[in-house]
Amino acid sequence: MGEMTRAWPVDTLARVPFWVYQDEANYRAELRRIFEGPTWSYVCLESDVAKPGEFRTTFVGEMPVIVVRGQDGDVHAFENRCGHRGALIALDDAGSVKNAFQCVYHAWSYDLRGNLIGIAFEKGSNGRGGMPSDFCKADHGPRKLRTTTLCGLVFATLSPETPPIEDYLGAEILGRVRRVMDKPVQVLGRFTQGLPNNWKLYFENVKDTYHASLLHAFFGTFRITRLTQGGGVLVSPDGAHHASYTIGVPEDAKSAAYREQGIRSELDGFRLADARLLDSVDEFNDRIQLQILTVFPNLVIQQVQNSLAVRQILPKGVEAMELHWTYIGFAGDDAEMRQRRLRQANLVGPAGYVSMEDGCVGGFVQRGAAAASDELSVVNMGGEGTESMDTRATEASVRGFWKAYRRYMGY
Amino acid sequence: MLERVVRLNADYARAIDDDRLEDWPGFFTEKCLYKITSADNHRRGLEAGVIYADTNGMLRDRVAALREANVYERQTYRHLVGLPALVGTQGEVTRAETPFLVVRIMRDGSMDIFATGRYLDALVDDGGALRLRERVVVCDSGRFDTLLAIPL
Ligand code: FES
Ligand SMILES: [Fe+2]
Repeated sequence: MGEMTRAWPVDTLARVPFWVYQDEANYRAELRRIFEGPTWSYVCLESDVAKPGEFRTTFVGEMPVIVVRGQDGDVHAFENRCGHRGALIALDDAGSVKNAFQCVYHAWSYDLRGNLIGIAFEKGSNGRGGMPSDFCKADHGPRKLRTTTLCGLVFATLSPETPPIEDYLGAEILGRVRRVMDKPVQVLGRFTQGLPNNWKLYFENVKDTYHASLLHAFFGTFRITRLTQGGGVLVSPDGAHHASYTIGVPEDAKSAAYREQGIRSELDGFRLADARLLDSVDEFNDRIQLQILTVFPNLVIQQVQNSLAVRQILPKGVEAMELHWTYIGFAGDDAEMRQRRLRQANLVGPAGYVSMEDGCVGGFVQRGAAAASDELSVVNMGGEGTESMDTRATEASVRGFWKAYRRYMGY
Repeated sequence: MLERVVRLNADYARAIDDDRLEDWPGFFTEKCLYKITSADNHRRGLEAGVIYADTNGMLRDRVAALREANVYERQTYRHLVGLPALVGTQGEVTRAETPFLVVRIMRDGSMDIFATGRYLDALVDDGGALRLRERVVVCDSGRFDTLLAIPL
């Protein structure tokens, strides 16, 4: 507890102090207690490490990690830090090795589980130098993480206490993950977005169902949101994870509504010149047009019509983060579906019609609250609770985030 | 031809940098491809773009959205477009590759190199005017700061 200098100022989940986005000591504590604590961090897709020896490098919090498929077919993860002087072991984002990684600095080598297996000149040269004979290689590897896979997603944790992913998510959110990630995925592209804000401001933003139609004017301007007939938000019992969704109207009503919409919008002067952007298929057969799901602390799974993506949140200091977008489709997609996904990718990402604002709004909070560390942010829409609701005019899932956050942090 | 490509690029950059975005779709043919991607995606054959338009209408929609719907802090670009290399012709299509550098100027005066990369173009004579049938914007980096609103 010694590392944190502040006490949480209020009991209610409906208020949040601004210092939580600004305080360096608090940030260090988050890395230890949340990212390196008993949570599952999303690290990559299973298909990124399909064959033995294939690896990806990424981060758990700020800890660099290597995720690699072992000869045994399991996915292993370990800190990307040489046990000797601490250099990065793997330098590429992705690649493939035979049986071992070798550090470039002094050529110490590691097997695919992260065990130190080789030390250059271990016995010295010409009988001089070398490592002491009692040096134990097993004690000097990088830290190992446990991994788990779910629907083609790979998660890692440093803690022995993190519960199985199914329990971690809870049945309801688990079902929502399975709904989207139900087939072998195919990567369509990857982009990184650097955001000028604390990681929590983005995670809250994704959970914030209240802002969607207010900040993102695209659907409203082009008269698209009114075609929805409802939606809601599911929050896991511990508050940590959420799924929000919007239900579309049935198919024939929809085409009629689109026609009407065309007329209305023409009068207003705003109408898409190429409406194929919105030509969607109900691929999950449940009329849910949009589902945004978070897994605490760093994953977003997004279905916006037929645009699918996983987003990985990486903290990069108190006031910066990176968002790693992986646009996906399914291996079985036909050419038409792939084309549709490529077109609808315009809705999301760093230039997304309904997501570019999320790239800057966290920075607006960061800058707006720069001098307000002891003031409180208001998270009161829909009351003070964190229960699931069949409306999106609520901040229940944001409060859920704070419920989980405070538990992990000990506030 | 080289001179025509240079002139097109100069006009293209001025239209964007002078905030005449409404003129931007006019540099493309009716059926076209405009895509912003990264060198890494391009090399790996990953098709998605941060912007992906396969008709002129989609380009006009992009401009309409920027004008009417999307929210972003006031910013401008300064394009520095290098000399095109003509890399081939196939029938009526000329292929060109041109390096670019874009500085983004924010309302508080801060200036950053926002993107560098190359335009991979397919150009055609469209009723006397040289137009882009295809412009794939291959950014050297796959990392975009904050957001990408104005096209490259
Ligand atoms: S730091 Fe890796 S071998 Fe020395
Ligand atoms: Fe948003």
